[in-house]
Amino acid sequence: MKVHEHQAKDIMRRYGIPVPDGRVVTDVAQARAAARELGLPVVVKAQIHAGGRGKGRFMEDPELGGVKLARTEEEAGAFAGRMLGRTLVTHQTGEAGKVVNRVLVEKGLDIARELYLGMVVDREKAKVVIMASTEGGMDIEKVAAETPEKILKEWVDPGHGLHAFQANKIAFGLGLKDAEVKAASPLLTGLYNLFLKEDASLAEINPLAVTKDGKLLALDAKLNLDDNANFRHKDREAMRDLSEEEPLEIEAAKYGFNYVKIHGGSVGCMVNGAGLAMATMDIIKLYGETPANFLDVGGAASSQVVENAFRVLVSDPDVRSVLINIFGGIVRCDLVANGIVEGLQKIGRIDVPVVVRLRGTNAEEGIKILEASSLKFSIAPDFAEAARKAVELAKKGGA
Amino acid sequence: MVVLFDKDSKVLVQGITGGVGSLHTQRMLEYGTKVVAGVVPGKGGTQHLGLPVFDTVHAAIRRTGANTSVIFVPAPFAADSIMEAAHEGMKLIICITEGIPTLDMVKVVDSVRRAGSRLVGPNCPGIISPGIGKAGIMPAEIHLPGKVGVISRSGTLTYEGVAQLTAIGLGQSTAVGLGGDPITGTRHVDALRLFNEDPGTDGVVMIGEIGGTDEELAARFIQEEMRKPVTAFIAGSTAPKGKRMGHAGAIIAGSHGTAAEKKEILRAAGAYVAESPADIGVTMKRALKGRQ
Repeated sequence: MKVHEHQAKDIMRRYGIPVPDGRVVTDVAQARAAARELGLPVVVKAQIHAGGRGKGRFMEDPELGGVKLARTEEEAGAFAGRMLGRTLVTHQTGEAGKVVNRVLVEKGLDIARELYLGMVVDREKAKVVIMASTEGGMDIEKVAAETPEKILKEWVDPGHGLHAFQANKIAFGLGLKDAEVKAASPLLTGLYNLFLKEDASLAEINPLAVTKDGKLLALDAKLNLDDNANFRHKDREAMRDLSEEEPLEIEAAKYGFNYVKIHGGSVGCMVNGAGLAMATMDIIKLYGETPANFLDVGGAASSQVVENAFRVLVSDPDVRSVLINIFGGIVRCDLVANGIVEGLQKIGRIDVPVVVRLRGTNAEEGIKILEASSLKFSIAPDFAEAARKAVELAKKGGA
Repeated sequence: MVVLFDKDSKVLVQGITGGVGSLHTQRMLEYGTKVVAGVVPGKGGTQHLGLPVFDTVHAAIRRTGANTSVIFVPAPFAADSIMEAAHEGMKLIICITEGIPTLDMVKVVDSVRRAGSRLVGPNCPGIISPGIGKAGIMPAEIHLPGKVGVISRSGTLTYEGVAQLTAIGLGQSTAVGLGGDPITGTRHVDALRLFNEDPGTDGVVMIGEIGGTDEELAARFIQEEMRKPVTAFIAGSTAPKGKRMGHAGAIIAGSHGTAAEKKEILRAAGAYVAESPADIGVTMKRALKGRQ
C-alpha cells in the first residue's frame, strides 16, 4: 500500500530521520494558522499518491502546480484554497488526475544541495539495496537510464545489517563533509531500520536536502508498504486513504480477490490464478479487443467468492462481454459452476453475453450444471475458442 | 531421468493437519507419492491420515529419513518453517504458502543458501514428476510421463501449458512451479540448468511473466549453455504499468521488465516464443522437431 507524504514523514520522524516542521490542513483558515505557527516562508504541498506534483498542473487551474512557496500567511491560505477539492494531473496520475483532499504546509528551508536516497528490495540479489545520488530532486528513473554511474548502490547483508563503513561509503560518495557525514550515518541507519520494522517495499527521500548550515533533512518522502505484512502492522488500516483507490478494487479486496481495472477495455475477465488471468487478457488483446480488467478469484474460490466477483465484473459499465476462464486445480469446476449460476440468478438481469470455459478438476460436472440451468452461456472447452467467442460478442455488443 | 523429485524422494508435510495441507497430503498419497510424516508443533505423537506427526522437523527427519519437505503453514509462520527445514538439513523444501512478507523472504533465502538446501517457491503449486510422485497441489490427472520439462512462475497457467502438452502426446519429465513472489528460492535459470543436465529431458517449456529479471537471466543461460530447445511464453503483455512494479525496482533492473522486452530477449537467445497462451503445446512440438 501507498501512504501520503505527510504520513511517510511522520513515520520517518519516529526513526530519527530529520524532516521539516509541518502541518496537514484541509481548509484555508488552517493553512493560514499553520503558516503563522511555522514561520514564513512556507511550502504548500498537495497530498496525493503520485509523484511529479511540482511539475503537475491542476485541471481547473492550469497555472497552478502541486507544490508552491508562500511568503505570507494570506498566500499560504490562497494556495491551499486553490488546491483543495481540485484535481491534480501529473505524469504519474494519468489523464484523470487525482483530487486533492489534504495539503501539507511546511517550513521553508535554506537549501545548499539536493540529494537522492532510496531503499528497495533487489529481487535478483534477494537483499535490501540502498541507492544514493548527487542528482536529487530529479526523476531518478531518468538518472538511472541516462547516467547510471551517478547512482551509488550498497547491498545490505540480511544477517549483518547495515555496516558503519557502508553508511560512510555512501556519505563520502555523495560528497558530504564534516558535520554532514556525521548526520548521514544515523539517517541511513534510521531509514534501514524503518524499512525492516515497517515492512516497506520502497522508501525514498527525494530530495534529501543539505541545508546551508550543514543539516540533512527529508524534503520529500515516499513510502510503499508490503501488503503481505499487514497482519503484523495493525496501525496501517488508519493510514489508508480510500479516496486514492479504484472503487471497484476496494470492493474486490473486501470480497477477497484481486481486481485491476483497465480503462477503455470491453471484455470482462474472471480467471483463477494470476498467471492465467494475465494470459487471458493477453489472448483477448491478440484477438483484437481490450480486456476490461484483471480478476483473479484465487486458488480456493468458493461459490460465494465467484458470485461477488461476478457482481464486481458486471457493475463495470464498459464491459460488453464476459469471459470466465477456470482451470480447476484446487478449485473444483463444479463449485465454480454453482457459483456462476447462483450469482447470476441473484443479480437477476445480465445485459452482457457470458462465455465460460472450464477445465481441470470436475470440469465435466461443472459444464453439466451450467447446461442444466435456465441461464444462457456460451460454453467453449478450448482456451483460444473461448477467447475468440468473447471478443466476437464484445464487438457485436459495441456495434 | 527427472529433476528434483524422484523415486527416492521421501516427503514430509509441514502443516499437515490444516485444511489445505490435509487435502493435498491425501491427494499426494493417492498419486503414489512416498509421504512419510507430518510436522505440527504441539501435535507430536499423534497420527494424521495414517502418518506419524512430529513436533519438530528435527524429530521427523531422525525418525523417518524424510529428504523433501512440503510446506502448507500459514503466511505469518511460513518463513520460520522454511528456515527450520533448512536448519535441519532438508535437501529440498517446497513452500506452497502464499502471502509471505518480502522481507521475511530476504532472510529465508539467505539462511537457505547458508544451509545448502534448495527452496522451491513460495507461492507455488509445487513439483510433479509424472508417474513417480508429486509434492504439491497440481491436478495430477492432466500430466503424462514423458520428456518435456516445465517451469513456471504461475500456478494455473502451468496447468494450462501442461494440459496442452498432454493433449498432443508430449509427456513431461518434471513440472516445477517456481512461484509468483518477487523473491523465490529457485528461478528459471536454476531450473533450466537442472533440465539441461537431465538425460530424461529433451526440451523445456518456460512460462514467465512481467516484472523482475528472471527471464533475462534465463535468456543468457539459453544462449550460452542450453543444449535443448526451450519454448517460452511470457504473461502480462496487457498488464498496466506501475500496478505491480515500484519505480525503484525498475531502476535496479535497468529496464522495465515488460513482456515485450522479455520476449524479445528470449527470442534473440534462441528460444521459441509462443505469442498466444493457447499455443504453448504446439510451439514446443515445433521446437522439438526443429532440433531433429
